[in-house]
Amino acid sequence: MRKRFKKWVMGRTDVMDRILDDASEIYDQPRETIKKQRMELVREMEERPGYERTLETEQKGFYLIYHIVAVISCILLIGVLLYTVAMLPRYGEENVRADEVVERYVERGLEETGAVNIVSGMILDYRAFDTLGESHVLFTALICVMILLRVDHKNMRSEYEDYYTVLSDRYYSLERDTIIRTMGKILLPCIFVYGIYILLNGQNSPGGGFSGGAVMGTGLIITAAAFGFDRVDSFLPLRVSMWMTFLSLMFYSFAKGYVFFTGANGLENHIPKGVPGAILSGGLILPLDIAVGLVVAGTMFGFYSLIRRGNIGGA
Amino acid sequence: MLETLLINYEEAAAIILFGIGFTTLLFQRNLIKKLIGMNIMDTGVFLFLASMGYISGRKAPIITNGVTDMEAYINPVPAGLVLTGIVVSVSVTAVMLSLTIRLYRRYHTLNLDDIYALSKHQIEDR
Amino acid sequence: MTYMTEIFKIIMLVLLIVCAVSVNLTRGLLKAVIIFMSYSSIMCVLWVLMESPDLAITEAAVGAGVSGILFMATLKKIDAEKEDAREEETEDGRERT
Repeated sequence: MRKRFKKWVMGRTDVMDRILDDASEIYDQPRETIKKQRMELVREMEERPGYERTLETEQKGFYLIYHIVAVISCILLIGVLLYTVAMLPRYGEENVRADEVVERYVERGLEETGAVNIVSGMILDYRAFDTLGESHVLFTALICVMILLRVDHKNMRSEYEDYYTVLSDRYYSLERDTIIRTMGKILLPCIFVYGIYILLNGQNSPGGGFSGGAVMGTGLIITAAAFGFDRVDSFLPLRVSMWMTFLSLMFYSFAKGYVFFTGANGLENHIPKGVPGAILSGGLILPLDIAVGLVVAGTMFGFYSLIRRGNIGGA
Repeated sequence: MLETLLINYEEAAAIILFGIGFTTLLFQRNLIKKLIGMNIMDTGVFLFLASMGYISGRKAPIITNGVTDMEAYINPVPAGLVLTGIVVSVSVTAVMLSLTIRLYRRYHTLNLDDIYALSKHQIEDR
Repeated sequence: MTYMTEIFKIIMLVLLIVCAVSVNLTRGLLKAVIIFMSYSSIMCVLWVLMESPDLAITEAAVGAGVSGILFMATLKKIDAEKEDAREEETEDGRERT
């Protein structure tokens, strides 16, 4: 038992080794034969006796009940929620009964955090723990997509998935479109400068970590679409991209993860707060902003790259 | 009751959007349209949440001219909650899209009923 | 006029509901994704009207930007842009136009 457990932990057992599929056999065949084989497989499944019958009888009775129940539940849901909306307080008036937290955040926010933008100061100083959890959600989503979509020999060994097709449609290159390339040359410096500006001025004006990171991620996507993936690989290979995302997340975790042990408010900041309105102000808010922005940018580009070609960087 | 609904028109519109997204999720059979419906539900919830923090006549929560009075700014707490929610929504959409790609490669169809029938058929056969 | 902001807000909300309903009723998948991206842009204008500029920047970059692009990249990868949402089966098995 222990030997099997150890083998599983070290990654030496193969979950799909009973579905045998020799990759080299499929890879060498021409594309037409493979297509024909695939169509035949699907047709075989359909022509089996009893297939039509199971489809029909399962679905007919089921649909009637399903539609009736769905209509009733939709009407009930909207009705109950609209009735609740009618009992809410008036729209646009302040809530006099739940004022203590807002009072503390607005009136003493500037002197305690040093941030002029109250929302930024709130999510990175008073409630920094929520942002920590949210960055972890982003990173976990990137890992999940990588598990599902990455093209390598462990992921593509079943008799229904077409190894050759998947391997050959990795690079759908845009046909070197003139419009995208010219507009890319004009717009891309502006986009990156704008993204860095939003990121660095998170505490003085609207913006912050998420917005700046999203704009920079979109800039990277446009670079990959306009100039091809080879250009992006030359300055952002796999190792740099993943280390950047991982190190930012680790920095944020170590900076604000000790609240597990000391309670909700954490320790006191010894970093000087500076003059409100300057870039270097706000204590720990500026480094945390940069960390969150890098995590978001790396994740957005990683999603796009995994869907387009099956891996983040490199060959 | 109808008068209060007309005064709270923004929350009512958010609830109607939530209902439309839910209906799309239940009645459409194509997988991509179900994902779009789920995104519409998400944005409906965000609209509802952020409209609870709006106070008419006041400005955005950025301190200008040194006025740190509570009476001059809107409620900043719901805006912080929605900011996290928007980014989580795109992560969930990305994971579900990758699952759709894997399902399509396996069954060659985007129709949910056909996928269910095919999968049941295959399990019986083995 | 003091009520211009209110009227503008009501027009934007009605446009949102129209976009959401028309996503249900269109047939092509690519058209539904484009209508979804415009829905996200109208949402961005609404966030500005509700005095929260952080949400506007994030929604514009993420909703109409990254989320729409991910949908389109998926449709390209599985070759389903012209696919009809309510498909009719031809006799040829699973060949679809």
